[in-house]
Amino acid sequence: MQNASGPFDVCIIGAGVSGANIARRLSAYDLNLALVDSEPDVSFGVSKANSGIVHGGFHHNKKHLKARLELQGAMMFDRLRQELDFPFKRCGIVVAAMHEDEMRAIDQLYMQGVDNGVIGIEMCSRERILELEPKLHPDTLGGLWVPGGGIVEPYRFVFSLVENAVQNGVQLLTGFAVSRAARQGELWQVEAADGRTLQARYVVNAAGLFADKVSAMFGAEDYTIKARKGEYYLLDRMTKAKPDRVVFPVPTSVSKGMLVIPTVEGTVLIGPTAELVDDKRNLATTKDQLDKILSSARTMIPAVSEYDVITSFAGLRPTLDEDFYIDMSAKVPDFVQVAGIQSPGLTASPAIGEYVKDLLKKAGLKLLEKASYDPFVVKRPHVKDLSPYEVDELAARDPAYANMVCRCEKVSEAEIVAAVKAGHTTLDGIKYFTRAQMGRCQGGFCTYKIIKIIMRETGLSWEAITKNSNASQILKDVL
Amino acid sequence: MKDLFFDAVVIGGGAAGMAAALELDAAGLSCAVIEREEQLGGILTQCIHNGFGLIEFNEELSGPEFAERIEEKLQGTNIRSFTSTTVMELDAGSENKVLFCYSALWGVLRLSCNAIVLAMGCRERNRGNIRIPGDRPAGVYTAGLAQRLVNIEGYVPGKDIVIIGSGDIGLIMARRMSWVGCKVHAVVEILPYPSGLTRNIVQCLNDFDIPLYLSHLTTNIIGRDRVEGVEITPLENGALMSDKAFTIPCDTILLSVGLVPENELSRMAGVELNPMTNGPLVDSMLMTNVPGIFACGNVLHVHDLVDYVVEESRRAGKYAAQWLKGRRPVREVRVKAGANVRYLAPVRVDVQADNKLYMRTLIVKNDAVLEVRVNNRVVKSIRKNHIQPSEMIQLQLSPKDLESVLSAPDPVVEVSIN
Repeated sequence: MQNASGPFDVCIIGAGVSGANIARRLSAYDLNLALVDSEPDVSFGVSKANSGIVHGGFHHNKKHLKARLELQGAMMFDRLRQELDFPFKRCGIVVAAMHEDEMRAIDQLYMQGVDNGVIGIEMCSRERILELEPKLHPDTLGGLWVPGGGIVEPYRFVFSLVENAVQNGVQLLTGFAVSRAARQGELWQVEAADGRTLQARYVVNAAGLFADKVSAMFGAEDYTIKARKGEYYLLDRMTKAKPDRVVFPVPTSVSKGMLVIPTVEGTVLIGPTAELVDDKRNLATTKDQLDKILSSARTMIPAVSEYDVITSFAGLRPTLDEDFYIDMSAKVPDFVQVAGIQSPGLTASPAIGEYVKDLLKKAGLKLLEKASYDPFVVKRPHVKDLSPYEVDELAARDPAYANMVCRCEKVSEAEIVAAVKAGHTTLDGIKYFTRAQMGRCQGGFCTYKIIKIIMRETGLSWEAITKNSNASQILKDVL
Repeated sequence: MKDLFFDAVVIGGGAAGMAAALELDAAGLSCAVIEREEQLGGILTQCIHNGFGLIEFNEELSGPEFAERIEEKLQGTNIRSFTSTTVMELDAGSENKVLFCYSALWGVLRLSCNAIVLAMGCRERNRGNIRIPGDRPAGVYTAGLAQRLVNIEGYVPGKDIVIIGSGDIGLIMARRMSWVGCKVHAVVEILPYPSGLTRNIVQCLNDFDIPLYLSHLTTNIIGRDRVEGVEITPLENGALMSDKAFTIPCDTILLSVGLVPENELSRMAGVELNPMTNGPLVDSMLMTNVPGIFACGNVLHVHDLVDYVVEESRRAGKYAAQWLKGRRPVREVRVKAGANVRYLAPVRVDVQADNKLYMRTLIVKNDAVLEVRVNNRVVKSIRKNHIQPSEMIQLQLSPKDLESVLSAPDPVVEVSIN
């Protein structure tokens, strides 16, 4: 367990995609920064389970802050990818209209998109939309085409942001569940459930689902974050239903609907559903909702088959009002609220980093650019993306690159070791970082190998091997 | 990069791969076996229970013993085996077939050959494949992973166990977990009859008083961090009786819900698969649609006994050797799965050769009759005391049995069970 030094200029609570972007953006300045998260690894909350879409900027009216941040954030991804080496691709988005009423809704989306300044947005007739996405149902009437939309691996994005932030001096404290806060002169005193404390001049509340609780601990605004659950199916990369574009249905008033998403890494995601739940730790999938996903996806792409399902999962969206709530607290000093970051939060997140930086500047935080700031992370090789000749060269230096651990997603031992060295020591942390256990066998063959590598590299005993939380122990005894 | 040439490369060093390689070597051909694990033997190495070898060696052996018996035969042959080596790319399009293999010991190997025997085996279906909804805690494992953890790594993955599916590995694991002091609360099977062998039901469940719930569906997994329970719902006449659902508290769920042949490399090579088996469609010489690529063992179709795997793989090795020396089938005819037959392998027979087929039925029946018809005329009829889907059926078809094919226009051989 790492203790905090300090006092810090800024403490960011929550190492999800918002907190990570804010931390990384602020790390360009001469500041003492802390990024804390209650979970054992970063990106283990809202940011780990969502659609992984860089949205097209046509779903929301620009009178909303979230629409403006979405448009701005979406434009920042190309540069971020160059700097941070995470999987991202602008594959484009189609919205498919299946009947006349839906074509009228497409018309409105198009006009909103044009008004928002979306580059390259097009209305499409049947022929054009089927040419753009041949997997669509042959009865598709027409739709919308947004070439700038894209797909991203959300956890890999967060991992890279945090890695770069830490490289630039941010102190990361995981397992730090904020339990109390008090004002001490000009500083906030922040206390974790395990007794660790830190002091910071400014605090940013990016605690996702629990932003309301954190706000209350600081005596700031009183609001309630509601969790809206979204369930998904993940399909094998060999599915015949893999589209070239992100396929959206025509949205309803409450949700963007259930999508068919070709993930950057080659699998296919279908979902999400949208259902309010009371329990913010309820990540259970349900038969009713999962059945809905299959039937909805099939109306757009008939080739979707339940035989291609390799897993199901659910994510929670932290919903507050219609819009994001990003502002200085009006109730307590030096406290920034970053709450209600539901869709399009991932897309908007780089712009949220900018926005919060500006809020803090206005509140008096001195931003002095650091000469030593390096926006690049060291690129790591992934065996699955390399030719045999390239792997041969790598293996000459480190034979572990030619030792395959995960056969389904083609992950080598060297990549697992790199994940452990980067601080990912739970099975899920390694899964999100490397993709090992994420393929069609879902860890059936490689789990025991990964357990052995974690134990070898960290010296942890079998009792300390977990899935994703301290209580999620994998093994119960030794023979 | 190491560049090597062999007459034949066998992918997979389990029972199937070793048996095929021995035949290729015996025919005087150069041959390599590629195995991704650190040792040969495949899944047998973790199957420390008895029951192997009754047909092949006429005695009862454990899995490791069975594997050792075959591995010993490799001593003194010219077979090159590459362990800790994974075939990553397979190109059957060029004149030679080319395989790129990644190995912790050898770096990247480029192997060229004229024939390939696919013997990659199968993998377990998992929770996602059978779409069990609910929480996603630690404590949900495939039976094979649990078997590996207990038998080789020496860890006990859980204490209070429910097994989903009555496949053989699940039944074996019910007994194994009981032996290491765990409580196995139930085995839950969706079908009205068990999926595993009868002898395993008796020896692994009945002897340990483990209840078997037939016609029950797993409808929910409960537990945030670690499994806390599993909800089971009875099926009556195919309908889910939700009001009769009940929850069994447990900390571990083991899945034994079927095996799927691992044909990712086969697909890469352009091999056509049978949707009924998920294995390649093979001809009377166990050759796939890609000339020079043969398949045997669990990658071809999931067998219930390793003895059958070895028998079939030996033939595949022999056929591959004969093919390399120029033999081709004389006259082949398609074999169709008729009434109550799930599949047959191979799907073609040679009218002028002795053919051996493995098949599975779709039904449970006593006093069944297996019939072979050529253009609707019965040419062979065999009585079976008892048949069930979990037990493979063997069928021999001789040139004499198939005589009438020669004179028939557009002949079709159909196998049915009544």
